[in-house]
Amino acid sequence: MSLLALENVTLKFGGVTAVNNLSFSVNEGEVFALVGPNGAGKSTVFNMISRFYRPVRGSITFDGQDLLTKKANEVASLGIARTFQNIELFERATVLQNLLVGRHRHRKTMLIEEMLFIGRARAEERAHRLAVEEVIDFLDLQAYRDKMIAGLPYGVRKVVELARALATKPRMLLLDEPASGLSVEETQDMRWWIEDIRRQMGITVLMVEHDMGLVGKVCDRVLALADGAKLAEGTPAEVQSHPAVIEAYLGTSAISKTANAKGERV
Amino acid sequence: MRFHFKTSYDHDIRLFPDWWKFSLYATLVLVMLALPWIFQGVFGGRTAGFYLGEMTNVLIWAVAGLGLMLLTGTTGQVSLGHSAFMALGCFLCVNFLDAGMPFLLAFVLAGIVTGLVGAVIAVPALKLHGVYLSIFTLALAILADDLVVILEHWTGGVNGRMAPDFTLFGASMNRWANPQGWYFLALGTAIAVTLLYRNLLRSPLGRAFAAVRDSEISAQAMGIDVARTKTLAFGLSCAFAGLGGALMGFFAGAFNNETFNFLISIQLLMMIIIGGLGFIHGAFLGAAVIAFLPQALSMATDFMGSASIPGLEVGVFGAILIAFILFEPMGLYGRWLKLRVWLELFPFARRDMFRRQKSYLKTERLR
Repeated sequence: MSLLALENVTLKFGGVTAVNNLSFSVNEGEVFALVGPNGAGKSTVFNMISRFYRPVRGSITFDGQDLLTKKANEVASLGIARTFQNIELFERATVLQNLLVGRHRHRKTMLIEEMLFIGRARAEERAHRLAVEEVIDFLDLQAYRDKMIAGLPYGVRKVVELARALATKPRMLLLDEPASGLSVEETQDMRWWIEDIRRQMGITVLMVEHDMGLVGKVCDRVLALADGAKLAEGTPAEVQSHPAVIEAYLGTSAISKTANAKGERV
Repeated sequence: MRFHFKTSYDHDIRLFPDWWKFSLYATLVLVMLALPWIFQGVFGGRTAGFYLGEMTNVLIWAVAGLGLMLLTGTTGQVSLGHSAFMALGCFLCVNFLDAGMPFLLAFVLAGIVTGLVGAVIAVPALKLHGVYLSIFTLALAILADDLVVILEHWTGGVNGRMAPDFTLFGASMNRWANPQGWYFLALGTAIAVTLLYRNLLRSPLGRAFAAVRDSEISAQAMGIDVARTKTLAFGLSCAFAGLGGALMGFFAGAFNNETFNFLISIQLLMMIIIGGLGFIHGAFLGAAVIAFLPQALSMATDFMGSASIPGLEVGVFGAILIAFILFEPMGLYGRWLKLRVWLELFPFARRDMFRRQKSYLKTERLR
């Protein structure tokens, strides 16, 4: 049963067609990757699902609901969380505060309760904290709880951003290049985490990733994009050996030389 | 260096992290409560009243400063129009008193109504960003000046209004006859506003404010309604500014359009920058600088035997502001935090510890 479905989605910026008549669907519980060369429209697809961009044609549905009728801030309350390509954390706050912001969609307290810190406020804070601690344990962030984001190294920020997305308790996670800029070990960790997110938490994952090694290991299905249009869709191996994909990445004359190069960085 | 051994989530939720911090602030409050008697003992008579008045002035500036701090320091929206809301709070309060309300009700209601008006004005204003928002709010401040003159029936026009004598808990609140009463009124308001602010910071809305300040785009992705959050911040900020304005006008004894001209807004903004943007402490430290600097300058010029120099005050304010922006953007409180770390780590602190980290690239802004 498909959880997220895009049908004939087209987005234009001025004269440029960023996404052209794209259709695909992501099933509940699967890990789905979008790959493609720079400028293929992968992040644009994410930004349409997050409702930052509005497609000129087509429909996007999540769990049977029309996403295009929702505002950008309502997407989270449907259960879609995301990370960003160039880390968008709240810099002048601690890791803990960042993760607690992720709990915002579960806010039940009213302004007056919060200002006077009466009623549900304290109990709610404890509940938020408990949920956040589970994520901290899951991603091994204990050592960074009270550190300011502004002083953290890149690799840790990447994990904090994943943690913040998980703190929203999503049904679906959009990861925009989870392994970009990470070392080999960190990428390895990211791989285990993505697998655990799917297996233990039952969260559907849609990701954009250039590291074909990672994609090949964690993804069930892959969609290759070029110039905003679909090139190929299938298992990682199928997509990687698809002639149109190799052509888009390397050009036509390279096909014969690289036909067997599977599982490597493209 | 103290270590916190946390054994429950409540350690991070409660207002004070440990007994040491609690006793520090408890002592501060006790000293502030005892200040009228301390001044009486040290200076005696009229001089004590004068110094108490100066302290009252600091606290009143701090209340208004906390308002702007909530908007600019915590939510990241600059306003140069807070003098307009201070004027609104003040004139509302005097008109509520005219209508026969007791002072406390009129005062609180003036704050609430100012906040509501602020929230309504915020709806169009907060669609603007950066310098455009500053200009919009500056226009508000200048407009308010004219409005006070035009609405003569309520405001007394250019002649302004005298602060009416009122009673609070049975005591007559005349600034000259009862400086202690005024001091406690300002102290009570400052403590109440600080507590409200602090409670916000430890609950979801306060974190949403900080989220909007640091990254609107990911705040949205986390399910925060950015427009609504900004509107709330503006409203709350205006409510605090309204309370500060009511106190300031009444404390001055008489007020007209000039009392709340746009220079007050700029002073308020300077104050929170000098104090430390984003820190509650910063509002108080900045208020102390703003309130005491004129006195300190006049003492200095007296000491040097010259008559008062026109324009000196503004010039020194400007110089101090420039110095802070250049050398200590985190303000007085930021400087104190660094000093504290230095002391705690002595002799192992290094110069580079406080060097600003390079920020990583932000996602291309989606607008």
